[in-house]
Amino acid sequence: MTEKERNETPVLETRGLGISFGGLQAVSDFDIKIYKGELIGLIGPNGAGKTTVFNMLTGVYKPTEGTVYLDGNALNGKKPYEFVSAGVARTFQNIRLFKDMSVIDNVKAACTKDITYNLFDATFQTKKYWEAEQAVEDRAHELLKIVNLDDKASWKASNLPYGAQRKLEIARALGTNMKILLLDEPAAGMNPTETDELLSCINTIREKFGIAILLIEHDMSLVMKVCERIKVIDYGQTIAYGLPEEIANDKRVIAAYLGT
Amino acid sequence: MTTFIQTLIVGLRLGSMYALVALGYTMVYGIIRLLNFAHGDFIMVGGYAIIFSVPAVKAMGLPIWVAVFPAIIVCALVGMGTELVAYRPVRKNGTAMSALITAIAMSLFLENLAQAIPAIGPNPKVATQIFPSSGIKIGKVTLDSSTILTIIIGLAVMLGLYFFIQKTKIGRAMRCVSEDKEAATLMGINVNRTILITFGIGSGLAAVASLMYISAYPKVFTTLGVMLGLKAFVAAVLGGIGIIPGAMLGGIVIGLVESFTMSYISSSLSDAFVFLILIVVLLIKPAGLLGKNVGEKV
Repeated sequence: MTEKERNETPVLETRGLGISFGGLQAVSDFDIKIYKGELIGLIGPNGAGKTTVFNMLTGVYKPTEGTVYLDGNALNGKKPYEFVSAGVARTFQNIRLFKDMSVIDNVKAACTKDITYNLFDATFQTKKYWEAEQAVEDRAHELLKIVNLDDKASWKASNLPYGAQRKLEIARALGTNMKILLLDEPAAGMNPTETDELLSCINTIREKFGIAILLIEHDMSLVMKVCERIKVIDYGQTIAYGLPEEIANDKRVIAAYLGT
Repeated sequence: MTTFIQTLIVGLRLGSMYALVALGYTMVYGIIRLLNFAHGDFIMVGGYAIIFSVPAVKAMGLPIWVAVFPAIIVCALVGMGTELVAYRPVRKNGTAMSALITAIAMSLFLENLAQAIPAIGPNPKVATQIFPSSGIKIGKVTLDSSTILTIIIGLAVMLGLYFFIQKTKIGRAMRCVSEDKEAATLMGINVNRTILITFGIGSGLAAVASLMYISAYPKVFTTLGVMLGLKAFVAAVLGGIGIIPGAMLGGIVIGLVESFTMSYISSSLSDAFVFLILIVVLLIKPAGLLGKNVGEKV
């Protein structure tokens, strides 16, 4: 393990995380520490359990073993929306935007938990309501600018081209004001130009927010280019963890991808 | 001409009432795909709540229609209670069919519970006049105040609701939950709480509809909500169930059809025509007037 030990609490940490469905152990002994500002890649062949890991990190699946810690606090038994409140945000492998809503409403929806006015303010349109709605409007525009979608704010989400929908998913995830962002194959189905745009978008996000990112990706050139460290899993087991160049030359990784 | 205008206005009045009830059906359907058959009975609950609040309102020297506010609270609580006690547990563990049966059971339960309560009982209760009986005359058309107020309240509530759903965080959350519950929860939206609020608002609207009903037919009985609920359900389906503007349009259309059948064809055929219109519209546009004919998404 080449992991450098830091004197701070990791943003996200898992210890012995595992889950079994019926008798099938989908993921076991998944340990990771992600510090503020880091970008870690999670790779592995199809069906290795990457998305299952994401589902455990967001509370969609309840792990059967181990614990997820965010800023040192255990998130056991919390509901998915409580994971989001704690600071975990994600995008989806298959785009899951709110298709019939406008682009900006998609982002605003993700800000819901940070808007403080109540049912009374909303019904009688108090000053608090207008101020909060104006603030969320500004914030949503700000986030759309990062992914270059600000000019399409009033479009219906389903009318956006594919690559733009993926970027909107990222902007929406940013709306939750997270500490760690989980990106599930953000470059899937993108052409090289779109992938390059995505790359610069990810870099902007890192500079601007200084958050931690965990990235699942099949596009190896992208992973090698942006990730500081890479974790490889196969059949739910960690088979390698290290710097990109170490991973590229790791015998077990090559075996897992190409077959022995 | 006078008859035409008079009929039109009566139709709008009936339509506003149906629209408010239809909104309750459609909001709940839109968010959890459940036909809440107990919704008609919330109108009955609202009716009794108004009747029992009237003495207190009178004692305080307020206008009688103020009794609608306690009724809104009672209805919202009954609606949310129904969701918490009956629908949520079934939704967690059962199928769509068991949820539907639960809704029918809730409807019968509320009707029979009302009969069993000594203060309500099986005999109809006569309500006092809600709105002042004064009216205005434009040409040969007479408009009494309850007609005008019903239409105004109906429009105001519908506009308010539309604004609420489009422009507030709770409305946005409702739209998200209706589209994709899992994605909504992963964007930090508390899905169960959003559904509960939807029940509260939908049932509160039923209380406003009760006020409109009592101002037109000042008699409250335990099965009051059955036919009214059924027609409002027809209105919701006609407009496209799950679609908020659809419920408003459907309600107005049903009200107009009923009123025009009564004055021009036969008053005993009015209900038959309401259902006939439903069948015809669904043959031509199966997803309803404003519905898109693709899958079940709204």
